[in-house]
Amino acid sequence: MKREEWDKKLGTCKERNFEFTTVSGLPTKVVYTPDDITGFEHDRDLGYPGEFPYVRGVYTNMYRGRLWTMRQFSGFGTPRDTNKRYKYLLKHGQTGLSVAFDFPTLYGRDSDDSFSRGEVGKCGVAVDSLRDMEILFSGIPLDRISTSMTINPPAAMLLAMYIAVGEKQGVPPRVLTGTIQNDMLKEYQAQKTWIYPPKPSMRIITDILKYCSEKVPRWNTISISGYHIREAGSTALQELAFTLKNGFTYVEHGMAAGLPVDKFAPRLSFFFNAHLDFFEEIAKYRAARRIWAHMMREKFNAQDPRSFLMRFHTQTAGCTLTAQQPENNIMRTAYQALSAVLGGTQSLHTNSMDETYALPTEKAVKIALRTQQLLAYETGVAHTIDPLGGSYYVEALTNELEKGANEYFEKIDRLGGVIPAIEKGFFQKEISRSAYKYQKALEKHDKYHVGVNIFEEEEKPGIEILKIPPEVERYQIRQLRKLRKERNNRRVKEALGLLRKAARDGGNLMPRILDCVREYTTLGEMCSTLKEEFDVYHEPIIF
Amino acid sequence: MSILKSLLAGDKRAIAQTISMVENDIDTAILERIFRHTGRAYHVGITGPPGAGKSTLVNAISKRLLKKNKKIGIIAVDPTSPFSGGALLGDRVRMTDLALHENIFIRSMASRGSLGGLAQATKDAALVLDAAGMDYILIETIGVGQVELDIAEVCDTTVVVLVPESGDSIQAMKAGLLEIADIMVVNKGDREGCERLVTELKFALEMREQKSGWPYPIMKTTATKDEGIEELVSAVESHAGHLVKTGSLEKERKSKLLLRVHELIEQKIRLHLRESFIRENELVKLVDRIYKRQLSPYRVAERITKELVRSSR
Amino acid sequence: MYKKIRVLVGKPGLDGHDRGAKVVAAALRDAGMEVVYTGLHQTCESIVEAAVQEDVDIIGLSILSGAHMTIFSRILKLLKAKKAIDILVIGGGIIPDDDMKRLQRMGVRKLFGPGTPTSEIVDWIKANAGKSKKRPAKKTRRTRRAPKKSTK
Repeated sequence: MKREEWDKKLGTCKERNFEFTTVSGLPTKVVYTPDDITGFEHDRDLGYPGEFPYVRGVYTNMYRGRLWTMRQFSGFGTPRDTNKRYKYLLKHGQTGLSVAFDFPTLYGRDSDDSFSRGEVGKCGVAVDSLRDMEILFSGIPLDRISTSMTINPPAAMLLAMYIAVGEKQGVPPRVLTGTIQNDMLKEYQAQKTWIYPPKPSMRIITDILKYCSEKVPRWNTISISGYHIREAGSTALQELAFTLKNGFTYVEHGMAAGLPVDKFAPRLSFFFNAHLDFFEEIAKYRAARRIWAHMMREKFNAQDPRSFLMRFHTQTAGCTLTAQQPENNIMRTAYQALSAVLGGTQSLHTNSMDETYALPTEKAVKIALRTQQLLAYETGVAHTIDPLGGSYYVEALTNELEKGANEYFEKIDRLGGVIPAIEKGFFQKEISRSAYKYQKALEKHDKYHVGVNIFEEEEKPGIEILKIPPEVERYQIRQLRKLRKERNNRRVKEALGLLRKAARDGGNLMPRILDCVREYTTLGEMCSTLKEEFDVYHEPIIF
Repeated sequence: MSILKSLLAGDKRAIAQTISMVENDIDTAILERIFRHTGRAYHVGITGPPGAGKSTLVNAISKRLLKKNKKIGIIAVDPTSPFSGGALLGDRVRMTDLALHENIFIRSMASRGSLGGLAQATKDAALVLDAAGMDYILIETIGVGQVELDIAEVCDTTVVVLVPESGDSIQAMKAGLLEIADIMVVNKGDREGCERLVTELKFALEMREQKSGWPYPIMKTTATKDEGIEELVSAVESHAGHLVKTGSLEKERKSKLLLRVHELIEQKIRLHLRESFIRENELVKLVDRIYKRQLSPYRVAERITKELVRSSR
Repeated sequence: MYKKIRVLVGKPGLDGHDRGAKVVAAALRDAGMEVVYTGLHQTCESIVEAAVQEDVDIIGLSILSGAHMTIFSRILKLLKAKKAIDILVIGGGIIPDDDMKRLQRMGVRKLFGPGTPTSEIVDWIKANAGKSKKRPAKKTRRTRRAPKKSTK
């Protein structure tokens, strides 16, 4: 049958009254054919797995060689509570750790800070000093596990604490593997966890890049994160474009600080969201790999192929979980996880069904982990690399996202680059407008969310919820006060003085922070010292 | 205690509620009662294009004035959406370090359809703050880009804020802004293009200077770093001194009051017309005939006005 | 009478997730309300002070960090101290059922869970704003109409 004939036939079919766009609002066609990828060349546009431009995956045999790392983000209460949870997860087959810190820690404040009231141990584990970090990893050998830490403004301090714990376990820094998020650009754009203004923040980041390229060479120094951009309400395209542009900005800063690109680019990794729209997500990961590879080779003249690799962690989309009919979240998360695996992720966190209410219970987190294990061991999806490669739809969508991202790059360049665009509120405006548009689409029933605006039920969820008792805060504050009495306060003061001096003189902050950490200087003490030198950030309010 | 007494004593809740009353026309009689307690505060207006850093500047100026033990009332105006009638008032965000000080009162107002950069009730709200014993009242205009000249009708000193990058975009509005500026500020003075803008402004202000005898200062500030603020506050003070010395303060304030009386007369007449004189359904019927060119709008207006004049005799 | 509903939308504490707060603020604006947005990382003290000075009818807080018990009780206490309990306190975010009940007993007027349509929030505010406000005798001497959406 000829296309024209088929089109005519299609015209006679009745279509459901439904808006056939991706969750991000991209129009979709009823069918895709070779016409949608004219000029497609296999070797140039796809290549083989582990080969330029890496669309199909960053490694040659991908999951046949090694499955993705199953890494559940977790942390709550005191370091002792979380240490127990880590051991539970490792016992059930988890292969990497991922630390969730509480809000005071994320903002570099001690548990007894007035701003920390009510927040200690609530959304993650409270870490005030090296002592807490020692408890957090007690009985967990740092040379045999990789650890990801979601930490941004105080990333240098937490990394230093991790290094110091390693020292105490007899594990040298060069052996340590793991990730710090350390992505401040997306904080100003979306996640809004900041302390200092962008300029000193970028300096801290380049200090970390320099230090790690020498001393902690296996550490992933920045996890360039689109996850939070997406959670704040962006579209898939915005997530892709803003994240990669942030990545290029870190590369530019690293190079401007005198680091050869191949010295640090291989240690940059990415972190993406796995949202509702199955194919759009897969196309997003594929497009990201191609864009990154081309830019690293052609714009930044990287030589080492490892600099071309867009390696990434994925987390299923927290913002898509529903409080209504929470068990549905198990299925939702499974589809999202499948898109991440088909998209070639290096590690994965699957959300637990109860996470709209609180941090997950042991049972809920086990189901989430089992969801990944099911994918890996039962479904067969890990046998063949990029099985959707060559699909007319997926290739067309990949191209479309790549094109859209390039348009965003130009727009951001016209604004003077990422930091000036942040100061002008560009990203904030783009994201909050998308969020509002999506909310309106839900309310107009142009988009559906099962249990929320379709197939609703009158029910009260009967699932169990993890509660953090208020004793946690009191306990943590008591421990902190005890520590302040026991440590050598003269040496703490000296170490802080040297940190301040380095902040002023422009010396690398990492060694000074490590010295502070070894003396059990608290996170709050280090951050306030730097705050006095670097000032604090105030956001421009943009709707 | 009556709300008037609390207001005069500077009680913040009373100030806030009184402003709401005048803003919502719930009780404008209170203006009558507070008016004799006003006339003491010095009014400073801050205007300029969007993104010039007006709120940050107001914040920095206020901090200086607080150190001098002054009481400060701040009114920040944001635009009302012409579609929904709603508004997002976000200026406070840049003033959070001030908001808790006992000598500070900050109020955000939505423009509610008014076009000159202020809200309808800004003048009345300023009166309330004046009566509450503020030494200074700082008024920040909307700053959405249109020419916002109303500010000069309310303030003793008008500060016009520009930024280096507004260089080109302000060409169109510059003429109007230069007319009302008593002090020019080039904020974000650490950015490129600052010197060029200063030179341009100097040239433009020379003419006015010869006329009024006030040497229109052009200040450079970086409000976020608190640079140039001390000098700006001194400039405001010397402008106040200049106005007093030359007798202009009284003259200006009198002409503002005259303007206010005119405004109020017009407002009252308009209201009277709409509420008790013009019968809207009859007008609608007339429009039918006007549309068919059986009548002209000029003729109709003339007839109704005459009727009004007759009825008021 | 021409009375605009004024709402303060606040993000107390350290939590930086402002998606919900911003969506709600925009929806309230689009429903014709005047919305004072406080920005992130506000103390309870500065929220209450802003609510008083701005003379809002309602304080709406978005809290997703789990610190809701601490924050709401502090806000209510401060409002009481300022004799401003006629300002209604409502909230949204991740709040478990039994906490919700405790908060409502404490004086939080309404809590909206995840997935609430913004229209529901708008309707609730319209139905409840200004009802408990103590005002001096109202003299409605003139009427003015809100600017209406032009249909042309």
